[in-house]
Amino acid sequence: MQSYVQIENASMVFSTKKGKFTALTDINLHVEQGEFIALIGHSGCGKSTLLNLVAGLLDATDGVLLLSNKEIKGPGPERGVVFQNHSLLPWLSAFENVYLAVEKVFGRSETKKQLKARTTAALELVGLTHAAAKLPGEISGGMKQRVGIARALAMEPKVLLMDEPFGALDALTRAHLQDELLKIVAATQSTVIMVTHDVDEAVLLSDRIVMMTNGPAATIGEILTVDLPRPRERLQLAHDPHYHDLRSKVLEFLYSRQMRPKEAA
Amino acid sequence: MSAINATPENLNHILSGEDIALTPKVPAAAAPTRRTPLFESESGKRLIEGTLNLFKSIIPPLLGMLLFIAVWALIANTNKSIPGPSETWTSAVELFSDPFYDNGPNDKGIGWNILNSLYRVGLGFGAAAAVGIPLGFMIGRFDFLNRMLSPIISILRPVSPLAWLPIGLLVLQRAEPASIWVIFISSIWPMVLNTAAGVQRIPQDYMNVARVLNLSEFKVFTKILFPAVLPYVLTGVRLAIGVAWLVIVAAEMLTGGVGIGFWVWDEWNNLNVAHIIIAIFVVGIVGLLLEQALMLIAKRFSYD
Repeated sequence: MQSYVQIENASMVFSTKKGKFTALTDINLHVEQGEFIALIGHSGCGKSTLLNLVAGLLDATDGVLLLSNKEIKGPGPERGVVFQNHSLLPWLSAFENVYLAVEKVFGRSETKKQLKARTTAALELVGLTHAAAKLPGEISGGMKQRVGIARALAMEPKVLLMDEPFGALDALTRAHLQDELLKIVAATQSTVIMVTHDVDEAVLLSDRIVMMTNGPAATIGEILTVDLPRPRERLQLAHDPHYHDLRSKVLEFLYSRQMRPKEAA
Repeated sequence: MSAINATPENLNHILSGEDIALTPKVPAAAAPTRRTPLFESESGKRLIEGTLNLFKSIIPPLLGMLLFIAVWALIANTNKSIPGPSETWTSAVELFSDPFYDNGPNDKGIGWNILNSLYRVGLGFGAAAAVGIPLGFMIGRFDFLNRMLSPIISILRPVSPLAWLPIGLLVLQRAEPASIWVIFISSIWPMVLNTAAGVQRIPQDYMNVARVLNLSEFKVFTKILFPAVLPYVLTGVRLAIGVAWLVIVAAEMLTGGVGIGFWVWDEWNNLNVAHIIIAIFVVGIVGLLLEQALMLIAKRFSYD
């Protein structure tokens, strides 16, 4: 059976002023429908570049990327992206930010009333009904990120792509949003690819953790299957020896085998 | 908190009887309840604080003004050809008591002169905005155009506005359009450059959102480009109106007609120095008002 997202021999070379820079090489990854994949690695290892390739914001220099057997060419609303720094338009309210996406995807086939209902439903999913009329400048960082998630989910994407979505948040807010994301993903059966640098986040959320080697010319070093049963509970996992086992495997990869080169630090 | 709010609250507090009504119930042995003095009650404190803040915001500018007038009076005392503050004030009152008289083309009220100058600035500035803002958008959006035009802009921008006047007179043949041309050419640069800078500085994130959503060019412009660049445009507009108002006085001095600049020159020929000083204040105050009005608009569109 064909996989949902297929990345075959993808590589990415940037032309910079100092010459060519190979960011990614030989990336091979198959993602099944409904799977939650975490991309983890040290900063500069090209994990965001890989996500941008799937998003279509970058074009692979070599290799092929497929989404349900169609080649990925350029960005499109069937791949919802949650950006690192929320990327909400500051002159539009939370509702309007989500509505902009909904209107684009469903505007042709549905009435205004249906579009508004979709927007309201998306905001309700992330628990932000009360803040719908607020501008991004008037809500907290965690709420902004939730609007970003609502915007991506409202498009009913085939794949949800998240680029360190909780990286800029404080630890408590992050934990809260991770729990919410777990519930949302369980409810919507979304296929998710998420970039993170947080080991706990990766183990808690994902089905497989894709660990990347250090750049330049980074590639996939190892793939770890997280066979913890769902639904997962943060507190229970804290005492689960298997959870700690998985966690230390990722840590071992990151800090022993792929120790950051000293000159890069 | 203003004094107007504090006083009724204070009254309520006293009238609510918290202090008075309780007094008879207190046993005679206890010390009689003291009525809270105004400066110790909550509202009284607020009143005092409000008054202090008011003083803090009013005293320094007032002091500056007084100092300015004092220096002016001192200079006027030592140099008899310059009228002092009181003399100028009397003259100004007289002048502004009838601002819209009309005794033929060379003798009109100050109001007419100001309006004429504003009209010229409006035309020249309006034309500059109509050309400069779209041009700035295009320069910001297309790198080729940017590279093509930036050497020309770099050369033309530092040219003194009045250097354009002879060209204007030559091409347009008449003084009126020539002075509008000078306003146009001197106020266009801040709008072009600021708009272009604004377009170039749109965060990549916003453009990524546009790409992920596959927004149409029209939506990109109305929902992202225009609102993102608007604050920059308004900064350009604000700088441009400052320049335009600065230049109009000089341009009118050279071209004549009706207008505040020509009026200054006319009064110089009449040796009416008080009127020249009044004109300086009028130019300053009108410029300030124009800029403040645009600041207000800019604030409305700022999302930071």
